Amino acid sequence: MISLKDIKKSYILPKVTVEVLKGIDLEVAEKELVAIMGPSGSGKSTLLHIIGCLDRPTSGTYILHELDVSLKTDNELAEIRNREIGFVFQSFNLLPRFPAWKNVELPLLYSGVLAKERKQRAMEMLLKVGLSHRAEHYPNELSGGEQQRAAIARALINEPAIILADEPTGNLDSRSGREIIDIFKGLNKEGVTIVLVTHERDIAEQAARIITIRDGVCQSGCY
Amino acid sequence: MDIIEIIKVSKDSLMSNRVRSFLTMLGVIIGVAAVILLVSIGEGARTYIHRELGNLGTNILIVVPGKTSAKGGFHPPEASTIRKLIYDDALLIKRRSKHVDDAVPVMLGSAMVKYLNQSRDNSIVGSTETYFSIRNLKVDSGRFITGSEVDAKRKVCVLGRTVKKDLFGDKNALGALVSIGDSKYRVVGVMEKKGVTLGIDFDDIVFIPTTAAQELFDTDRLFNITIKVKSANELHEATEEIKQILIKRHAGKEDFTVMSQDEMLGVMNKILNIMTAVLAGIAAISLVVGGIGIMNIMLVSVRERTREIGIRKALGAKNSDILLQFLVESMTLSLIGGTGGILFAGAVSFVIPYFIEFLPTQLELWSIVLAFLFSAAVGIFFGVYPARKASLYDPITALRYE
Repeated sequence: MISLKDIKKSYILPKVTVEVLKGIDLEVAEKELVAIMGPSGSGKSTLLHIIGCLDRPTSGTYILHELDVSLKTDNELAEIRNREIGFVFQSFNLLPRFPAWKNVELPLLYSGVLAKERKQRAMEMLLKVGLSHRAEHYPNELSGGEQQRAAIARALINEPAIILADEPTGNLDSRSGREIIDIFKGLNKEGVTIVLVTHERDIAEQAARIITIRDGVCQSGCY
Repeated sequence: MDIIEIIKVSKDSLMSNRVRSFLTMLGVIIGVAAVILLVSIGEGARTYIHRELGNLGTNILIVVPGKTSAKGGFHPPEASTIRKLIYDDALLIKRRSKHVDDAVPVMLGSAMVKYLNQSRDNSIVGSTETYFSIRNLKVDSGRFITGSEVDAKRKVCVLGRTVKKDLFGDKNALGALVSIGDSKYRVVGVMEKKGVTLGIDFDDIVFIPTTAAQELFDTDRLFNITIKVKSANELHEATEEIKQILIKRHAGKEDFTVMSQDEMLGVMNKILNIMTAVLAGIAAISLVVGGIGIMNIMLVSVRERTREIGIRKALGAKNSDILLQFLVESMTLSLIGGTGGILFAGAVSFVIPYFIEFLPTQLELWSIVLAFLFSAAVGIFFGVYPARKASLYDPITALRYE
C-alpha cells in the first residue's frame, strides 16, 4: 500500500544543504500497524510528512495505492490528504476558536459534504472516541487526552485508509497515552493502516513492526 | 467548498476581534460616506442654482453696457467713457427683433422712501409693464405698473413686501402716497413674498416706471435691458440679432455685452462639476486609505493564523480554499463598511438641510452604487495580496509556526 524507494530529502539553507533523508526504502502493507522510532533529528517526522503527502521528497519514488505521488499536482495531493490520510499530531492541532464537533467536521468541509451531514457524522465520530458529551466544548476546555481523542475523531471522519500519527502520546500522561494507543489498536483491528512515530519504546512495542531510523537511513524493520 | 461555511468562518474570525474589525471598517465607512455625501452636496447645489435661476424667469437675455469678454460676468464696469444704454435702445430691440417677445429697459438706483414719519433708504428699480411676468414676480394686492403709466411717466410704485411692512405695518398701502426722493408716488400694488434669490432680496425693492426713474435719478443711463426671447432654441439667433441692432446704433462698435442666463448657468454648472469631481476624488483617496487599512489588518490576521492555515491544509484544504477564505474575510470587511458608509451618508444628507438651509442635498443613486462597487473592489484588491500569501504557505512550516 505504501511503498517508498530511495527517498531523499534535503533542505537548502542559506549556507548549507542539509540532507535529512538519505535514501529510505520502506514498505507498509495494508492493515498494518507500524511504529517508526529513532532519536530526535533522525528524520522520522520528515518521513511521516512525505508519507502523508504534506511534503515532497527531493528524489525517489513514493507509490501510494499503486499511484506515483510525485506525478500529482498540489491540488491532487490536497485531495489525497483529505480522503486517504488522517493526521494525528503531538500538539493535537485543534482550532481554538471552534468547538470540538466543528473541529471534527473540518475535513468534510473540504470534500464538499453539506452542513447537516457534516454535523451528524462529526457527532458519530465523537461517540466512537467516547467524547460525545464534550461536543460543544472548546479545545481549551478539554483535557489533553480528550483533545487528542477529538483529533483522532477528526482524522477518522473521512474514513481514510491510513492514519499517520506523529508522537501522538508525546504531550500526554501515561494513562491517557495508553488510552490513545488502545484506540489505535482498535482501529487497526477494523482494518485501518496506522503508522505512528514515537520515541517511547513501550508505545512502539504495541505495534506489529518497529522501523528504526537513524541519521536519515533505515536501520531496521523497513520491510 | 461550502460558501456559506466560508462566510460563517470569516464572520467568526471578524467577531472574535470586534474592535479591530470595526476600526478597519471605519476607514471604508468614512471613505464611502464622504464620496456619497460630497456628490450629494454638489448635486444639491446644482439643483439649488437651477431652481433659483428658473425662479427669475426663463429664456432671458440681459444686455449690459460695456464689453466684457468673460461670459457670465454680472456687473458692467462703471467707467463713464463707456457708451451707455438708453431707453430707445430697448424700444428698438423690441421693435426690430423677430425673436424677442419683449425688451425691458431697467434702471437701478437707491433713494429715500418716506411715508408719514417712517422712512428708509431703498433700492429703486425702474422697469416697464412686462418686467414682472418676465421675472416671475407676482403682486399680492393691487396690480403692477401698466404700459400707459410708463408712457405717461406717471408717478406710481409697487412696494416689495419688506418695504410695505416697514412703512405701513399692517395698514392698507394701496392708494397711499409715499415720497420717493422729492416726489410723491401713489402705491398701486404690493408684491407677493419672493425672498432672497441668488443674493438679491426682491422683497426689499420699490418698482417704479423706467420713465419716472429717469427723472428721479436725472439720467437716461440704463442698468440693463432685460429681454425675453420667444423660445429656448431662439436664444442664439436672438443674441446675434440684438448685437447687430445695437452695433448699428452704436456707430459700429460692440460696446455692450449680451449675457444669457443659460450661459451663466452653464458656467456655474461647469464649476460645480469640477468641484464635485475634485471633492469626490479626494474622498475616493480616503477610500483607498481605508483599503490599505484592510490589507494591513488582513496581513496581521494571516500571520496570526499561520498555524490554522497549516492545519487546514493538512486536513485537505486546497490553496484556492485558503485564498477564498481570506478574500471573503476582507470583502466582508469592505462590504459591511460600504453599507455602513451608505447608511451614514444617507442619514447625514437627510439631516443637513435642517441645519443649513441653503444647502439642499440630493442623494444620487449613481454615487451610491459607485461608492459601493468601489468599496467592494477595494476589498478584493487589497485582500488579494494577504489571501494569496496565506494560500501559498507551506503546510509543514505553517504547522510548526508558534
